[in-house]
Amino acid sequence: MNAQRREHYLNVNYGVRSWLLTTDHKRIAWLYLVSVTFFFFVGGFFATLIRLELLTPQGDLVQAETYNKLFTMHGVTMVFFFLIPSIPAVLGNFLIPMMIGARDLAFPKLNLASWYIFIIGGLFTLAATAAGGVDTGWTFYTPYSSIYSNTHVALTVVGIFVTGFSSILTGLNFIVTIHKMRAPGLTWFRLPLFVWAHYATSIIFVLGTPVLAITLALVGLERIFGLGIFDPARGGDPVLFQHLFWFYSHPAVYIMILPSMGIVSELIACFSRKRIFGYAFVAFASLGIAIIGFLVWGHHMFVSGQSVHAGLVFSLLSFLVAIPSAIKVFNWTATLYKGSVSYDAPMLYSLGFIGVFTIGGLTGLFLATLGFDVHVTDTYFVVAHFHYIMVGGAVMGYLGGIHFWWPKMTGRLYPEILARLAALIVFLGFNLTFFPQFVLGFLGMPRRYHAYPPEFQVLNVMSSAGASILAVGYVLPLVYLIWSLRYGAVAGRNPWGARGLEWETDSPPPTHNFDTTPRVTESAYAYEKEPEEIYHFGATAHV
Amino acid sequence: MFQNLPLFPEKASTIAYRVDALFYFLTAVAVFFAALIFILIVVFAVKYRRRSATEKGAPIEGNIALEILWTVVPLGITMVMFGWGALVYVDMFDPPSNALEIDVVAKQWMWKMQHREGQSEINELHVPVGRPVQLMMTSEDVIHSFFVPAFRIKMDVLPGRYTTLWFQPTKAGEYHLFCAEFCGTQHSGMLGRVIVMEPAEYQGWLDGGATGMSMEQAGAQLFQRLGCGVCHRPDGAGQGPSLVGIFGRPVKLEGGGAVTADEAYIRRSILEPHAQVVAGYKPVMPTFKGLVSEDGILQIIAYLKSLQKEGPQAQR
Repeated sequence: MNAQRREHYLNVNYGVRSWLLTTDHKRIAWLYLVSVTFFFFVGGFFATLIRLELLTPQGDLVQAETYNKLFTMHGVTMVFFFLIPSIPAVLGNFLIPMMIGARDLAFPKLNLASWYIFIIGGLFTLAATAAGGVDTGWTFYTPYSSIYSNTHVALTVVGIFVTGFSSILTGLNFIVTIHKMRAPGLTWFRLPLFVWAHYATSIIFVLGTPVLAITLALVGLERIFGLGIFDPARGGDPVLFQHLFWFYSHPAVYIMILPSMGIVSELIACFSRKRIFGYAFVAFASLGIAIIGFLVWGHHMFVSGQSVHAGLVFSLLSFLVAIPSAIKVFNWTATLYKGSVSYDAPMLYSLGFIGVFTIGGLTGLFLATLGFDVHVTDTYFVVAHFHYIMVGGAVMGYLGGIHFWWPKMTGRLYPEILARLAALIVFLGFNLTFFPQFVLGFLGMPRRYHAYPPEFQVLNVMSSAGASILAVGYVLPLVYLIWSLRYGAVAGRNPWGARGLEWETDSPPPTHNFDTTPRVTESAYAYEKEPEEIYHFGATAHV
Repeated sequence: MFQNLPLFPEKASTIAYRVDALFYFLTAVAVFFAALIFILIVVFAVKYRRRSATEKGAPIEGNIALEILWTVVPLGITMVMFGWGALVYVDMFDPPSNALEIDVVAKQWMWKMQHREGQSEINELHVPVGRPVQLMMTSEDVIHSFFVPAFRIKMDVLPGRYTTLWFQPTKAGEYHLFCAEFCGTQHSGMLGRVIVMEPAEYQGWLDGGATGMSMEQAGAQLFQRLGCGVCHRPDGAGQGPSLVGIFGRPVKLEGGGAVTADEAYIRRSILEPHAQVVAGYKPVMPTFKGLVSEDGILQIIAYLKSLQKEGPQAQR
């Protein structure tokens, strides 16, 4: 077989036009992959400067004003331009149609439009950075953001507002596609959990993002036209902003973690060669998280001046949202039992994910506990907690997914030993960076501090040292994955022996994914059966 | 233990001991479950490692009993966390009635404290050991947050509103006061010290630093200077209601409804007098916005509180 001759989605045509005007979900996934990778390293650059500044207690590397802009731009870039779009827009885009046996998403042109909207939003935010940046923190608390800050709040807010529509349209596209375009025989309970996770994520995209758009629009209106919405001097209520902001931004955390959980379910099953333990429980846990996740926003506000009673209700609901996450962790662990476990790089990322997600989740319980949260809210304890979820969890899952489906996307294998090494470096670097921050927070070091009392230095130096290791772990895959595009071994259709429709077509896949519509006669992860017993191509197949 | 690597913050308030007990419980649960998951993963990954290229896992689909077990047990444990955390939280925001009251005004980037006896301080707060202290806090600009790690307490300080916080120091010494809500360029410089003194020492500090006027006296003077007493005559014969004995009592409003005459109501009545007019009076009071500072308003409130003690309807 000559892989160079066969026509597939990458070589069907060439040129900038063929990429910028494509409606192929697989090519749009690449547009997103390149864009979010760019934003990841921009956000990482800001993080590097933050960790360098915090090596010493005095604010000596940059001015306080610059430092405040650095952590704001780090947060804005990473949250809105990397974490939220990363897995859904790259891997979700590439895989959902293939996993359900479809030729594309339901609305291919809308999919391309989503990417352009994302890029326009990104350009606004980059313009705000180039013009001098913004210093409000990614949370834009009023009245600081709407009245007092002298930085480019309006431009940044416009960027995030615009980008939000990209999320909404992607979510809409996924929901319609998953409902209407599943292959014959592919019932809801035969779907891969990756698809379930993206369905849950899409619900949040569609229901939550408009609230963020409204909130940020109000901040912009107050800032530009002086409307009194959040500014108490004009009769507004600054705490109202926090309610509106967290109504979206807490569910947004689940936008980041649910797709990652979907990836981990695929990977654990594949590298244990076994069905996922408690499939239905894992699937419904995703929906449970998406739904209860909308009812817990007030746990960001236990010391904001909201009433004690509200605090009690939000605390209780926050504990409830922890349960589906616990169910997932237990089921993944149980999946390994009596499996055939291999240690390929994607599996190392998955096992690492379970480890750091467990710590992130358990420390979430600390923060949901009212009497303890008062002490550690707005300290490094919170910073450590959400990085365990959003970097340890979401990014590790993302990297695991990129490695797992890289052979499908490119037709090439990466150097396995280097990839395992990178996974190990990411795991160690990550924990060294963020674990000391739990201690710092418990000791009382507030977040967003440019300078800090000298007794906090040792832990900060540990954290910065970890960050330098983590940086190596992130740059390494960038290098060998690009290298593999040209020099990697040819992968073949199914290098991992995985189950799933995406593995039943060529690597890279043809533009239309499948030559004939497949029929599916088994649930996902039927590793005890051969693919031919599960997926049937051609007119003669029977359900 | 480790001079440069502290692992536990100092405990210097009554609530700190309760918060730390909660912390030890949470940590014990977290360590147990983290260890359980880590050990299971390592044991399974090693024990069931792939031994041949064609090997497959056992065809297990799940187990309902296990699913119920690992739903119900975490639910039970988290409900204990919820209940325990709620008890501590409710007490944290329920000050005892005999608390020493001190007012705090935050602004970019400093803390101003006013004691009832008249002392005011900047970025320092002197309090006696062993006595509950209640803070009445507001901000002149953006949101700040009053955080004393050694006391394990924190509360946001909002513009246009009063929030309260209380603590009872258990140990003399100096403790960090941090601003914990990002408030602009010099956020990390908005630091202060809480200085906890033995009661006798504290009394000495109060006497030594006296400005000659208590907060009530300063408030009375301001009340006079702003001409409040012209309408708010003590006998009730003026254009406005008498303010004697009004603090903490329900007030009937024009157009129906009632409101308790607390700090927030008095502040609002000074700045937006037409928002909630007392029943039977005309909305003729001018606003004092821009004429009186947040500190001044707190002084007037202290004065009105004192009228309660001395006035004819003194007894509640």
